[in-house]
Amino acid sequence: MNEVKVNDKLCKGCGYCVHYCPKKILELGKVRSSKGHFYPAVTDQEACIACLMCATICPEGAIEVAKGE
Amino acid sequence: MGKILMKGCEAIAEAAVLGGCRFYAGYPITPQNELPEYMSVRLPEVGGDFVQGESEVASINMVYGAATVGTRAMTSSSSPGIALKSEGISYLSGANLPALIVNVSRGGPGLGTIQPAQSDYLQATKAMGHGGFRMIVFAPYSLQEAVDLTYNAFDYAERDRNPVLILIDGALGSIKELVELPPMKELPTEQAKWQLGNPTGEKRVARMLTSIYPEAGLETLNRTKGEMAVAWGENDVMVEEFLLDDAEYVVVAYGIAARVAKEAITGLREKGVKIGMIRPITLFPFPKGSFRKLDYGKVKAFIDIEMTVPAQMRDDIALEVLDRAPIYEYGRSGGVLLDDDGVLEAIEKVLEGEA
Amino acid sequence: MEQLYKRPKCIQPMQSGYCPGCLHSLATRITAEVVEELEQQNNCILVLPVGCSTMGLLYWKIDMVGSAHGRAPAVATGVKRCSKNSLVFTYQGDGDLAAIGLAEILSAANRGENYTVLFANNSIYGMTGGQMAPTTLEGQKSTTTQKGRDPLTTGYPMRMCELIATLDAPKYVARFSLHDPANVRKAKAGIKKAFETQLAGGGFTFVELMINCPTNWGLTPLDSLTYMVENTIPVFPLGVYKDVEV
Repeated sequence: MNEVKVNDKLCKGCGYCVHYCPKKILELGKVRSSKGHFYPAVTDQEACIACLMCATICPEGAIEVAKGE
Repeated sequence: MGKILMKGCEAIAEAAVLGGCRFYAGYPITPQNELPEYMSVRLPEVGGDFVQGESEVASINMVYGAATVGTRAMTSSSSPGIALKSEGISYLSGANLPALIVNVSRGGPGLGTIQPAQSDYLQATKAMGHGGFRMIVFAPYSLQEAVDLTYNAFDYAERDRNPVLILIDGALGSIKELVELPPMKELPTEQAKWQLGNPTGEKRVARMLTSIYPEAGLETLNRTKGEMAVAWGENDVMVEEFLLDDAEYVVVAYGIAARVAKEAITGLREKGVKIGMIRPITLFPFPKGSFRKLDYGKVKAFIDIEMTVPAQMRDDIALEVLDRAPIYEYGRSGGVLLDDDGVLEAIEKVLEGEA
Repeated sequence: MEQLYKRPKCIQPMQSGYCPGCLHSLATRITAEVVEELEQQNNCILVLPVGCSTMGLLYWKIDMVGSAHGRAPAVATGVKRCSKNSLVFTYQGDGDLAAIGLAEILSAANRGENYTVLFANNSIYGMTGGQMAPTTLEGQKSTTTQKGRDPLTTGYPMRMCELIATLDAPKYVARFSLHDPANVRKAKAGIKKAFETQLAGGGFTFVELMINCPTNWGLTPLDSLTYMVENTIPVFPLGVYKDVEV
């Protein structure tokens, strides 16, 4: 299974990753970071295709992606 | 090496190269064009680099860049051009960067004249730029002195991590005199801890040079720079005290004005007049000690002679003399040169109580 | 598990100082990635001028010099000529580069200085609170053009790539946008090409990055991306304006 991980200490909640995720598995508005930003929750980890759209557009580099075995 | 005949601007350029200058950036302005022209030929010969900048503003910022990587860098200009560089000079001081600035001054204010004048004393010593920083200001009165001061200027700049100014006027920049040149200075081969660039590629903590600071950091910098300027007053004052021991009349003059005044003083001494001169070589730090040790029971008057009107050094003199003797001033300006007769006449007026 | 994306290490492990959704952050991040891919993190000197770009001083972990407003190309000239083996680059905004620093950028480009200029264009002054820049669009509102920029009194958007490409010396001049992942990848490749050209001693390279300013445009981050696609990019066409083999 691929893994997409959002670092809540870096995320500012701009929503770009949510917008560009082709599988629509990121969702804003559920969880708030320690800095006060809503940051994306991964709603369906199994659906991630590790396309890196989210990591590529994230201004802060807050998203790490790993490809499963 | 024997003495050779050199023009003022060229002698300063050569002395800077011998003193380690390896980067020059400047913009043409009369009366100092011989300096960049000389550098454009000379620097490539010693592995250095010359850039004719697109403006004075760009040039001083090129010097700023060169200084960040530890290269001995300089620029030169004349009065209005120095005013354009003033922001960059303030940035140099704010970022703790060494550099050499040469002002071959002309008449002002405004576009003024391309003829020589000493109208930049206040700018040089009080506020070369915004923010209240100070710099050591050397004011040679002969080309040999200009060579000697330029040769060592980078040592002061690097010791203090602060720019240094050499202030001469267009006359000194243009005359030719015999000078003895010193040998090429050995430069430090090791990079200082603050310098940018990583020639060895070693892994180390990144370095930053800037003049933007958090509030507390900026206040600390200002305190440190203030203490540094006080230390200059204790350690780095240069002055010529000429025939002062029994002097009843004291001329105060620097640079080209001091040359003219010296002639007059020598003539008057032959006539038995007890007259001498304080000649500041560092305009900042000002040679306060020379005024403090005078016997004010003996001194009848001071005569401030400058090639500018009104006199600009007078306030510094008055701060030391207080009301213990009258201070007279004589000067010419706007590109009109001081001459022997005018200076002699002005001094004689004071002697005769007619001033 | 194979790590496909990891954040570069030559920027601080913290949030940048930029506003949420600001593409200055993204520009910095991809530049940092290129620096690391080329293994230059211990061999580069970044010249930062004044504007939102100044915030890089708190974000990068490479050698840096802070310069006066608009003067980064002059400072970089001194840096590179005296440190020829370093990878030297400036990162400048549009007010800095296209207004106060116009003489410095054009002259450095014309001299063919062997360094790279990264030019972030969001058609507004960000740090000072949203005033008109030379790159502000016709009709675009700013705090000094409150009814929209009127070309009759304030002129037209200035296109820097096109200007610089007319000069003989520059080797690589290109404009990219950071509004979607595909364009981010192209921009990164462009930055890499510029750096490689410099490291090969090629000469002056100029990469313009179209970015946004959600805060001063008064738009949400996502709406600001739409604004870029619909308004700024048509005025500043993307593409390679000059590419000379070195």
